[in-house]
Amino acid sequence: MYDVAVIGGGPAGLSAAIQVRARGKSVLVVSGDDRDNPLYKTERIDNYLGFYDITGAAMMEQFRAHALRMGVERKEGRVLNIMPMNDTFYLSIGSDMEQARAVVLATGVVRSAKYPGEGEHLGAGVSYCATCDGMLYRGKEVAVVGLAADAPAEANWLKEIGCKVTYVGPKEPNGLRPDIPAVKAGKVEVLGGQKVEGLRAGSATIPCEGVFILRPSMAPAELLPGLELEGNYIKVDRNMATNLPGVFAAGDCTGLPLQVSKAVGEGQVAGHRAAEYLDHSK
Amino acid sequence: MAIIHLTQDGFDKATANGISMVDFWASWCGPCKMLAPVMEDLAGKYEGKALVGKVNVDDEPGLAMRFGVMSIPTVVFLKDGKEFDRKVGVMPASAYTSVLDANI
Repeated sequence: MYDVAVIGGGPAGLSAAIQVRARGKSVLVVSGDDRDNPLYKTERIDNYLGFYDITGAAMMEQFRAHALRMGVERKEGRVLNIMPMNDTFYLSIGSDMEQARAVVLATGVVRSAKYPGEGEHLGAGVSYCATCDGMLYRGKEVAVVGLAADAPAEANWLKEIGCKVTYVGPKEPNGLRPDIPAVKAGKVEVLGGQKVEGLRAGSATIPCEGVFILRPSMAPAELLPGLELEGNYIKVDRNMATNLPGVFAAGDCTGLPLQVSKAVGEGQVAGHRAAEYLDHSK
Repeated sequence: MAIIHLTQDGFDKATANGISMVDFWASWCGPCKMLAPVMEDLAGKYEGKALVGKVNVDDEPGLAMRFGVMSIPTVVFLKDGKEFDRKVGVMPASAYTSVLDANI
């Protein structure tokens, strides 16, 4: 059990995490693949105080080294759900589960729009977790819609356990097994009645019983039911508190401007208030 | 009453009478681990009123197939052995108790 769980390992999440550590509490940062982090991909940053002409990757490395030195624990993976129960938050991360007493959401911008047919077939062929549901599709045709950097690896794993996999994604997949057919398409539609029967990908139609949609992270409202949003962003007050007790948010997921300084500042406030929340709730 | 682990052999007999709530799960599923304490808790609360059971889909692929489980956790509700409702994915305890309370 951690004092605070931070969802997202970008500047907002790491800033929140070191603030929690500065107040003597334990913290776990759950973070996806670096290649999905927009800062990591930024070539040059000139507007962050103290760091003139630096690459996003170099900046991330410094942030991360700082967090590690302060005793921030890190776990790689995609958080699928967060459920509050008796003053504890349960987080499912792939095949694992972690617990914390407070949560800071620092997921970055997550597009919440679903594909046609996706919501209707959730749990009836559509899945967001290859590790969880892959075994149920052994020997069956499945499609992997790869939007996250680790999607090719997940597709490979599904193939290895015996699924008949077709990969669909907007970009050339990096590291996909050569025996998995890949379809390049940005627009997809899940087809079928009660159950999934196929996936339309661009002009192609792939017959399948399962569709694994792998995004870099889950939309906040799906992560945590009841979370109040404002447009596409998480609604917060000046303390970076959301409408749910013990849940704070910081960085790009709370709104514009999508800048490192703003993310770090918000993370600082969120981490501070999360630690304070724990002191008050004892 | 502790939660009952159901297998192919005992399933029909165990769920033949009254209300049953069965959680289909596996050890490689994080959301299932999250649901486990909720189900344990409900097994105690509904003792004598409903059967609360678990099916490990890894050990019991036949039952998973019979109920068309395509995503775990899936919680299936039965009345006298017949399914009347199901919940797919992790939900707060109230999602399950509301179904139980309306049918007991």
